[in-house]
Amino acid sequence: MTSPASSPEIQVPKAGSWPVFGWFTLAFMVFAQWYAITTSPADRDMGDLQKILYVHVPASWIMSITFALVFVYSLLYLWKGKDSYDLLAASSAEVGATFVGLTLVQGMIWGKPTWGVWWTWDARLTSTLVLFLVFVGYLALRAFIDEPQRRGQWSAAVGVLGAINVPIVWMSVRWWRTLHQMQSTPQTMEPVYRNGLLINFLAFTLLAVYLIRRRYEAAMTARAAELALQAAALGGG
Amino acid sequence: MTRVRSQGGDHWRRIRAIAWKDLTTERRSKAGFNAVVSLGITILVLFGFALGPDAQALRDAAPGALWLAVLFAGVLAFNRSYQVELDTGALEPLLLYPGARWTIFTGKLLANMLFVGLLLVIVVVAGMVLFAVKVPEAWPTVIAVLALGTIGLVTLGTFYASMASRSRAREVLLPLLLFPMLVPVLLAAMQASKALIGADLMLEAGAWIKMLIAYDIIFVLATHLAFEHVIEA
Repeated sequence: MTSPASSPEIQVPKAGSWPVFGWFTLAFMVFAQWYAITTSPADRDMGDLQKILYVHVPASWIMSITFALVFVYSLLYLWKGKDSYDLLAASSAEVGATFVGLTLVQGMIWGKPTWGVWWTWDARLTSTLVLFLVFVGYLALRAFIDEPQRRGQWSAAVGVLGAINVPIVWMSVRWWRTLHQMQSTPQTMEPVYRNGLLINFLAFTLLAVYLIRRRYEAAMTARAAELALQAAALGGG
Repeated sequence: MTRVRSQGGDHWRRIRAIAWKDLTTERRSKAGFNAVVSLGITILVLFGFALGPDAQALRDAAPGALWLAVLFAGVLAFNRSYQVELDTGALEPLLLYPGARWTIFTGKLLANMLFVGLLLVIVVVAGMVLFAVKVPEAWPTVIAVLALGTIGLVTLGTFYASMASRSRAREVLLPLLLFPMLVPVLLAAMQASKALIGADLMLEAGAWIKMLIAYDIIFVLATHLAFEHVIEA
């Protein structure tokens, strides 16, 4: 087992044209929302409440993507031991946790007028909440460990186990209770609603890519500063 | 062939030595076990107050209360299992011994399994008395559920404690990491126990038991694979 040695030289990624990408993403998101809201007629049962679909479903989609990223980058880190994998996993987890939080809050805003309650112990809600707590644990673990290599190894292990647990949590909670309406997928939907959803999937994906990238740049910079501080403390160059 | 067998024998000897060492430390002090068992029973009593004196309500809530009492008391045991070594600086020498590192984990796992298993037996007996639960007809299946639940609980508990016990804020970190991960075990164990106590008319227990078995297999394997990375860092 090769122990991942943190390289003294660290390549801090350049911001490059990512800020431009950020502005483009913002503009595209505004367009996507405008398009979705103006092209979709009020739903027969839900009325304009249906519009929350265009932020709720894409947010939950980003949640799945980011957690898959945490799993992949954690495995890569355990295998190759490169700092960048660790920090990419951490950045994905932060963005992911944010989007799970958003998904939950948007779901509650939709649930109150639809079901009459802010929260119900339905399978999908409950498993999303449990997932949120798993990744809060992951981020808390990172916050409590100062030594970078240990932080990387441990959080990678926690990330992998957490991701393995996702389908099991989902199954167990589903057996426990089910009330949520069938998942909205583009196939189950009228075309007037579908295009708005698809375009928002794209907008949210761009946003997640942008956020993870900028978070990763910041994390790499912080990591380089840590290393420089260590080197200075040891009296090196 | 002989070489393979002797290697297997080596692993087993290491596992046994670690488990025996942990259990001997525990047996000689006894303070840890007595305190953890007392805490488990105290939690049961508090659940009794929370759920009211109505006998039927208590009986319905018994499986959930029992598992939570074992969980809360067990968490203390997991951090303890590394504490003695950390306090005496014995973990590094232990890692320097030749041989596979995962055997350290398996040894600790077996010791904790016995520790939590004993705790569970005492808490379950106390809980049946306090919450007026009769011995169910399907008691052998109930014992299987208890055993499977214990395996899942102890496997992840021992694994996460290997990190939490060596970090700042270990008291809060272990439950924060562990409890959400244990949701499937707790749900399955509670629901299966509940079904079995109440005659299991819907034949639910079987599905939950299968889930427990799957969970145990997956996480016993995953934690053994990950332990090497965690313990060396």
